[in-house]
Amino acid sequence: MHRDPLLTIEHLTMRFGGLTAVDDVSFEVRRGDITALIGPNGAGKTTVFNCITGFYRPSAGRLVLSSGGFDANAIIALTNSGRRYSKHQGLFLLERMPDQEIAREARVARTFQNIRLFTGMTVLENLMVGEHNPLMRASGYSVFGLFGLPAYRRREAQALDHARAWLDRIGLTARADDPAGALPYGAQRRLEIARAMMSDPTLLCLDEPAAGLNPRESAELNELLRTILDEQGTSILLIEHDMSVVMQISDHVIVLDYGEKIADGRPDEIRNDARVIAAYLGVEDEGEVEEIEAALGAGQGR
Amino acid sequence: MAAGAAPDRFDFVRASKDAALAAIIAAGLSFPILALRAEPDIDNRLTLQGRWSWLFIAALIVFVGRFLLAIFDIRPRRKPATDEALPASAYRAARLIGPAGLALLFVFPLAVFAALGPQGSLKWIDNYGIQILIYVMLGWGLNIVVGLAGLLDLGYVAFYAVGAYSYALLSTTFGLSFWICLPLAGILAAFWGILLGFPVLRLRGDYLAIVTMAFGEIIRIVLVNWSVVTNGDAGISGIPRASFFGLPFTAGPNGFAATFGLKFSPIHRVIFLYYLILCLALLTNFVTVRLRRLPIGRAWEALREDEIACRSLGLDTVKLKLAAFALGAMFGGFAGAFFAVRQGFVSPSSFTFIESATILAIVVLGGRGSQLGVALAAAVIIGGSEILRELDFLKQIFGEDFDPTQYRMLIVGIAMVMMMNWRPRGLVATRAPTIALGERHAIAGALVKEVHG
Repeated sequence: MHRDPLLTIEHLTMRFGGLTAVDDVSFEVRRGDITALIGPNGAGKTTVFNCITGFYRPSAGRLVLSSGGFDANAIIALTNSGRRYSKHQGLFLLERMPDQEIAREARVARTFQNIRLFTGMTVLENLMVGEHNPLMRASGYSVFGLFGLPAYRRREAQALDHARAWLDRIGLTARADDPAGALPYGAQRRLEIARAMMSDPTLLCLDEPAAGLNPRESAELNELLRTILDEQGTSILLIEHDMSVVMQISDHVIVLDYGEKIADGRPDEIRNDARVIAAYLGVEDEGEVEEIEAALGAGQGR
Repeated sequence: MAAGAAPDRFDFVRASKDAALAAIIAAGLSFPILALRAEPDIDNRLTLQGRWSWLFIAALIVFVGRFLLAIFDIRPRRKPATDEALPASAYRAARLIGPAGLALLFVFPLAVFAALGPQGSLKWIDNYGIQILIYVMLGWGLNIVVGLAGLLDLGYVAFYAVGAYSYALLSTTFGLSFWICLPLAGILAAFWGILLGFPVLRLRGDYLAIVTMAFGEIIRIVLVNWSVVTNGDAGISGIPRASFFGLPFTAGPNGFAATFGLKFSPIHRVIFLYYLILCLALLTNFVTVRLRRLPIGRAWEALREDEIACRSLGLDTVKLKLAAFALGAMFGGFAGAFFAVRQGFVSPSSFTFIESATILAIVVLGGRGSQLGVALAAAVIIGGSEILRELDFLKQIFGEDFDPTQYRMLIVGIAMVMMMNWRPRGLVATRAPTIALGERHAIAGALVKEVHG
């Protein structure tokens, strides 16, 4: 089945001084897919993420988010117009937009490799901050809210229901009023994903969501990501080292090595790709290749 | 060091070594102060004279004190931070402090007036009541910037100065009344807050503190040197006093006292000023408490916790920071206008760096983000340092030459060091959640981020 591209990355290059962290990488994230970005340590995965979410400004390349449907002519027109995005067409040139704007206008949400929760605020407060922008508008930029007008109170109750639904989904309803910093690690990961989802993003970028999770938590995470995709229709792009997560849930895998794309395809294609295996092992030894193949196969079988 | 690891036997040698070291350090530090005394001789030239006995006595005191500390092992022990969370019952009890304190504040001037009469109550209402409330208001204003948004601002007094000079200049030049100038002073201060905000948006922690400190000094130095407008160091005097809705507090037939059939007394004006600053402070508190529960307040706290996460969620950090600076500055401006109308005179010497430091100390000592804590800290620091003026009884101990007021700041300093040792996160170290599904629990201070650093 061919799905239309949600995010099109063309010739993305990112240089830090003399170091080229990402070199001419192009790939697509299709609507309704879970796309995994894998590669050995230092391959440039997080750099690609930071370029997509606007935390870095790419040295070269075009990153188009077409949430309103893919239209090549419209993309060319927007690129030539010099504007950053066209909201009514649902087209966003991410390489031109700063991070806050990407999150707010293009609705690309992200999580971080080292969890970034508001540790001193409660679980519920964390979720409410996730829905900040619509709430801010509803509070009349705090003016109506200051006088406690009913319109704002209704909107806040609505956001609270939204938060409750997410608490239920991530299994943290009982801990809603506890500080986020007091949660166990796995729960913090889930909370960070739920907080990102509070803004109803079109694309959710997860930086190593399964890092540090035990097998049971990992399985729960897979389920959560599937729910997000099926119920919310949010496409997912994730960086992951845990092959059981990658092979089991992703529809599409992109492999980076030394800042270059070395493979791009379905999980079963990637599993048998000689370059990927070599990149992960760094050797040509047949015995070890078989070993990793066995490991990858086991990951899929689970 | 764990208590269990301490030896049962008292280690005499180690304690003596420790005490001797402390005594040597104390002697070294106090040598120029205690051991050397500059005396003018007959020709009025300064000569140095030794006071070695003083130095010896000081070192001996330190030695004995340190030795006793080692014997009784009463060094401050740091409790694990998690102990700071109050139980739910204590939290509920703490909620009663606010209303009770509020009632007390409203009754205070009348009670003092009734008890001590117009002459005796003046000092209590003016030096204690009004003075403390000004700092409560300034503390609450700065709390928005430092406590909620987590931006370390060492130049807050600049906005206080802008407010004071706004009222002073607008009233003396254009004859505008206090009630028109008050909002104008707030708006002007907020404008300066935004102006300060722009260049410091990208700065955090120490760098932010340095730039805001410089900003505070710039404002003061401009006030000193722009003498055409500000009259320089001499300041602006003859600032019109506030009137009671058009009735001046004068002895004349149209004055406040005559209109209400009271005997004229300057205390009327002081009581009026007391209620005025009380209302202004409560306004600050009301706005802050309300904003904290709105998206903007939660966003400020989120900004304090993690700015990068905020940006990933699409929060406009620039506008949030500017809003925090502007709002904090506005309340500083209100307080400044009040200061000008109370004193009737403003000069740059009222807006030195020490004022900024005092206000920041109030916020830090109170517990960043806690309204109640800041109010208590203002009462402790300002009220405490006022009370220390009344240490005349010490003269009976140390003789008539002893001037106790000279030791006021020393005692305040020691008290603050002890306080920060005892409660490093301030008087109210916990954070109250802004929204809850069930019952609100206070959040232990250890989990809450402090100012960016």
